[in-house]
Amino acid sequence: MNTTENKNIIQINDLVYDYIQDESGTTKRAIDHVSINIERGSFTAVIGQNGSGKSTLAKCMNALLLPTEGTVIVNGYDTKDEDHLWDVRQSAGMVFQNPDNQIVSSIVEDDVAFGPENLGIDPQEIRKRVDSALESVQMGKYKKKAPHMLSGGQKQRIAIAGVVAMKPQCIIFDEPTAMLDPKGRKDILRIIHELHGEGITAILITHFMEEAAQADRIIIMNRGKAVMDGSPREVFRSRSELAALSLDVPLAVELRHALNAKGLDLSEEIVTEEELVEAVCRYR
Amino acid sequence: MVRDITLGQYFPGESWVHRLDPRTKIIVSLTYIVALFILHTFIGFAFATVVLIAAIAISKVPPKFILRGLKPIFLIIIFTFVLNLFMYPGDVLWHLGFLKITEQGLYKAVFLAVRLVLLIIGSSMLTLTTRPISLTDGIESLLKPAAKVGVPAHELAMMMTIALRFIPTLLEETDKIMKAQQARGADFETGNILNRAKNLIPILVPLFISAFRIAQDMAMAMEARCYRGGEHRTRMNAMHYGKSDALVFVLTALFVGLCVLERMYI
Repeated sequence: MNTTENKNIIQINDLVYDYIQDESGTTKRAIDHVSINIERGSFTAVIGQNGSGKSTLAKCMNALLLPTEGTVIVNGYDTKDEDHLWDVRQSAGMVFQNPDNQIVSSIVEDDVAFGPENLGIDPQEIRKRVDSALESVQMGKYKKKAPHMLSGGQKQRIAIAGVVAMKPQCIIFDEPTAMLDPKGRKDILRIIHELHGEGITAILITHFMEEAAQADRIIIMNRGKAVMDGSPREVFRSRSELAALSLDVPLAVELRHALNAKGLDLSEEIVTEEELVEAVCRYR
Repeated sequence: MVRDITLGQYFPGESWVHRLDPRTKIIVSLTYIVALFILHTFIGFAFATVVLIAAIAISKVPPKFILRGLKPIFLIIIFTFVLNLFMYPGDVLWHLGFLKITEQGLYKAVFLAVRLVLLIIGSSMLTLTTRPISLTDGIESLLKPAAKVGVPAHELAMMMTIALRFIPTLLEETDKIMKAQQARGADFETGNILNRAKNLIPILVPLFISAFRIAQDMAMAMEARCYRGGEHRTRMNAMHYGKSDALVFVLTALFVGLCVLERMYI
């Protein structure tokens, strides 16, 4: 493993992905020459409209889809290399949008054990991992319950625990909050931050700007291309470009602009609600 | 309505019977069913009934709950009883026109009805005291030897597990579709049977489509979690036979032995 591979958990080099659109075999380009490196321990948000290729990109990082052209290297393994397919999937776990469609068993703890069981881990070790994974998403007391009795947010937490129990170095969240109520969304986002705090590389695919604003880095996808890439501050500074992609900036940024237009002098650095509140309170 | 459905007919409990290894319970129930066909006298059935009642008492499943399970098959029992009662040749006890009841027919009818009832209660004891999910694990483990000759034991068990998991989900989905159709004026409650069956089509079509969509998502989610079939797979809750299982096997052997003696000497 060379140094760049050590630094970057995921390296995407000139990735192209075409999918077959209909029976006659016409293809449509979902990802168009994208090159991205994801640093170990980072928190990256990927935003884009429906059909921008963000979900396809996520599936390429987990070898669920294989590149048409270019390469995707996960934790030093090429996703095209079948011998290391399971290493790729164990290194980069994935949480999907619909919590209902990713839970396998009718008992919570059995579901969390599903991943580790597939990896052929020792039963006692599985038990340990399941208990600690459920604890890490604050669902320990539900371990004997049936998933269909739980709320959407709770089910999504079980799905996250199922991935955490496989001890991945990186977790890709593919719009995990899209189907949840505000309370569930907040819980899931908090858990993603906690997991990131514990050293897991987080990649959050989302279309909520507020969620993206909390990441270290934002990548904006449009028509299969990565059109913007930078810290939330850098990205939200270019408000007109975002508008051209029909994406909104977070409310805090919008408000800061409106206030500055009225003659206030608030810093360009402000992107989250907390920062705005802080700045306005200190403003004189 | 959907939230509190019970899967299968499992009666939750922590009794000695509940805690037995699922494999033990499967083997014992199968043995019991076979034994019912070995027995050929009412004395034998009385013995089998006592054994069954003892098992029910230990399992603490309320008898009312068990009898409720008999309800759907009540018609079949009546049907076999009546058929045997009137159709069996022998010494006529009573007759009305072409209908006649013979002594042998009466004996046979009661005999078969008792066997059927014992059969149904005996086998329902398995599903009443075993979680569906443990039952699947048990079946997988018992079929493992057959996997060597090509029986897809793991795949069957995985299919059953997922089917169980999705019963409530699909019920919920059905509920949602029905409500959506009713909101647009669909009528599922009136009309004759034919009409009502026809009205179900607009529910079944979307339900099928959504079932396929769920299956596709599910397959992807399972793959993402490194699922690759039964090989190299370990289980968190490995099943193991305990002392009570050994005791149950000894008692079962004893029971079968007595049944065989009944067949030979009574």
